[in-house]
Amino acid sequence: MKKLISIIVTAALTVTSVFALAGCNSAEGGESNSNGDNGTVASQDDGDEPVTPVDSDSDFKVGAIYINSQNDTSGYTYAHHKGITTAMKSIGLNPDTDLYIVDNIPEDDEKVKQAIDQLAGNGCNIIFGISFGYINAFEEKAEEYPDIIFSHATGYLSNDKNFNNYFGRIYQARYLAGIAAGYKSLAIGNNNIGYVSAWGTEYAETCSGINAFAMGCMAVNPDAKISVYEIYTWGDQELERQAAETLIETYGCGVIAQHCDSAQPQIVANEKHVFGCGYNSDMTAEAPDSHLTAPIWNWDAYYATAMKAAMTDPDSFMQTVGNYYEGLSAGLVDVSELSKNCEPETAEAIKLAKDLMISGEWDVFSGVKLTFSGAAGSVKVDKVNDALVTNAGAEIVAAGGASVDDGVIQGTMDYYVAGVTQVNN
Amino acid sequence: MLDVFTLFLFNIIVYNIPLLYGTTGEIMIEKSGSLNLGVEGTMAIGAVVGYLAGAKTNSLFVACIVSFIAAGLVGLLFSFLTVTLQANQNVTGLTITTFGVAFYYFIGNALSNSKGGWPMFSGAEESATKAFYEQSQALHIPVLSDIPFFGKALFSHGILVYVAILIAILMSVYFKKTVPGLKLRAIGENPAAADSLGVNVTLYKYLHIIIGSGIMGIGGLYMGLNMGGTFEGSNCWINGYGWISIALVIFANWSPAKAILGTFIFGFFNTLRVQNAALAYAFPNALGWLTKIPSHFFSALPFIITLIVLIASSLSKKKKSGEPQAIGRNYYREDR
Repeated sequence: MKKLISIIVTAALTVTSVFALAGCNSAEGGESNSNGDNGTVASQDDGDEPVTPVDSDSDFKVGAIYINSQNDTSGYTYAHHKGITTAMKSIGLNPDTDLYIVDNIPEDDEKVKQAIDQLAGNGCNIIFGISFGYINAFEEKAEEYPDIIFSHATGYLSNDKNFNNYFGRIYQARYLAGIAAGYKSLAIGNNNIGYVSAWGTEYAETCSGINAFAMGCMAVNPDAKISVYEIYTWGDQELERQAAETLIETYGCGVIAQHCDSAQPQIVANEKHVFGCGYNSDMTAEAPDSHLTAPIWNWDAYYATAMKAAMTDPDSFMQTVGNYYEGLSAGLVDVSELSKNCEPETAEAIKLAKDLMISGEWDVFSGVKLTFSGAAGSVKVDKVNDALVTNAGAEIVAAGGASVDDGVIQGTMDYYVAGVTQVNN
Repeated sequence: MLDVFTLFLFNIIVYNIPLLYGTTGEIMIEKSGSLNLGVEGTMAIGAVVGYLAGAKTNSLFVACIVSFIAAGLVGLLFSFLTVTLQANQNVTGLTITTFGVAFYYFIGNALSNSKGGWPMFSGAEESATKAFYEQSQALHIPVLSDIPFFGKALFSHGILVYVAILIAILMSVYFKKTVPGLKLRAIGENPAAADSLGVNVTLYKYLHIIIGSGIMGIGGLYMGLNMGGTFEGSNCWINGYGWISIALVIFANWSPAKAILGTFIFGFFNTLRVQNAALAYAFPNALGWLTKIPSHFFSALPFIITLIVLIASSLSKKKKSGEPQAIGRNYYREDR
């Protein structure tokens, strides 16, 4: 008898905790709705859950597949979720009723396909997938559902009718953050700048970010040396923390930048009284005395464009939007508000560099280098013809040559520029 | 800047002490004959509840007590299920891990999405958590902290580091030198024999499972404090340390004193994973060869070492294993 009771209780507990895992999404979604300000979504990880759209002006439905939870409060999925909901509100859609989300979907073809089927069944007109590994499932399902538009972040595949990819020139924002770090390094008289990176030269995404940041630093402080610590994972709080500590204590870095998920490198910088540039969100709250500025994404810029195009004329989506790769000029990337820790020249210099990139007059990976000079109030920028050279001495772009951003887009950039050293192997 | 060896030693202690909490807690539970695989979940619950209580009351002491109680309640649940209801210990433990980690995310996400947001942890002048923050920072011990090299590495830690070592030593004494400790070990070896001698098996099991779980909870709290108390939506503070603790119990041969050693040996390789490049950088001639080894090998090393120890201890012919004989089996008095 006792055994029977215990089996039942254990089974009940197991079921409860499984639901606690899965069910906390909907429970919490509801809660944050009542708070309103986050605009999280109440609907639908379960396809069979009855959904009653209220007061929807249009029957346009948006579908989204996330790698992490829609209830994340920071990081990659959070940034996309915020972008989608913000964009929907801006074009008059209601995220509570017109957005269908399937979250916590790993990069597994079968699971992604199931998620797509579910969203197609919900009647979505456009489906966004935010993780690289969704790529094959998206390509296959785009053929199966020709009436739905498939939009895939960070990928490289597309077709000419209903399947595109989208990403942004985040390196432009990193260059701007590099300027802030460069001024700080001059002010504190320490040329060593650290960079905690998830990956190094394996991915053009991380590699171009490191290079652009380094070039921003060196545009202000030509003697700056950038030390990269590669942690070999997108997110591990403890490792990120220890990497930042090592860069500060052993390599003597006075500014810590990062390309990884958590705010730990900035928290360490704050504890050790050095400075830092975060990523993905303004990390000044986590590191009030040390954070300068962070490169950030405004995904809503893309999502609004894509949704509008899909609403007005889905058939010409690939002509109007196509494969999307924008930067500062489209407002897709930017730096967060400069904190009080920044040097006085920073804002002006960033403005100058930003204007050059927005106008298309200049871009980061070219044979032209910017140099900034002058005190606050009279900062000026000069262009100098100077070849883009790797840290091994190979010339990528001759002096005066045009930018090689295609290396970033096509994922072929696999070198560090001069001035960058990776400290661990 | 710190000397690279100082930082190395310092980090071995700072980042691996939670393992000692997890391991000693688990040893206490296993000595009573129960195998609790719920360390990860118990630590997560202790961490999140304790941290929030500490942030609310601005006191590390309250945080520890609440953390102990919260994790102790998880222990109570485990004891009720396995001791009273005779549920399978493995399944119950796994359930507690799933439940505890989900609970951590549930509370964290709910708070982060709420109006006030997740309570930040900061030593800034105007901060509401200033006292809590300062109490969790490194203590300056007169004389000892000022010893060159070792002062910073060994004697400049937060109070919870010393508490962990104290707990391990006290537990070792408790097992070896006291009557209740002897009775506890008897239960772990042969509950029926202990029962026939008049030891209250159920009471002993309940008590020690609850206390062991409570100790784990404080370890979780320590990890949260060590991470600066920030909640990240997709990343748990405990980060798999609960599982490593279970392996360390075998590593330590069920001895709390050896657990201290085991923690630091594991910690050595765990830290080497991060610091190998720094060592090679500081001593290019003597340790430059470290950079020739791929970093993935260093990442795997702590687990390879654990694996080797587990294999070696299983193969060992010596009969001196500290493993309680009745571990994992529920005791039911009327059983034949």
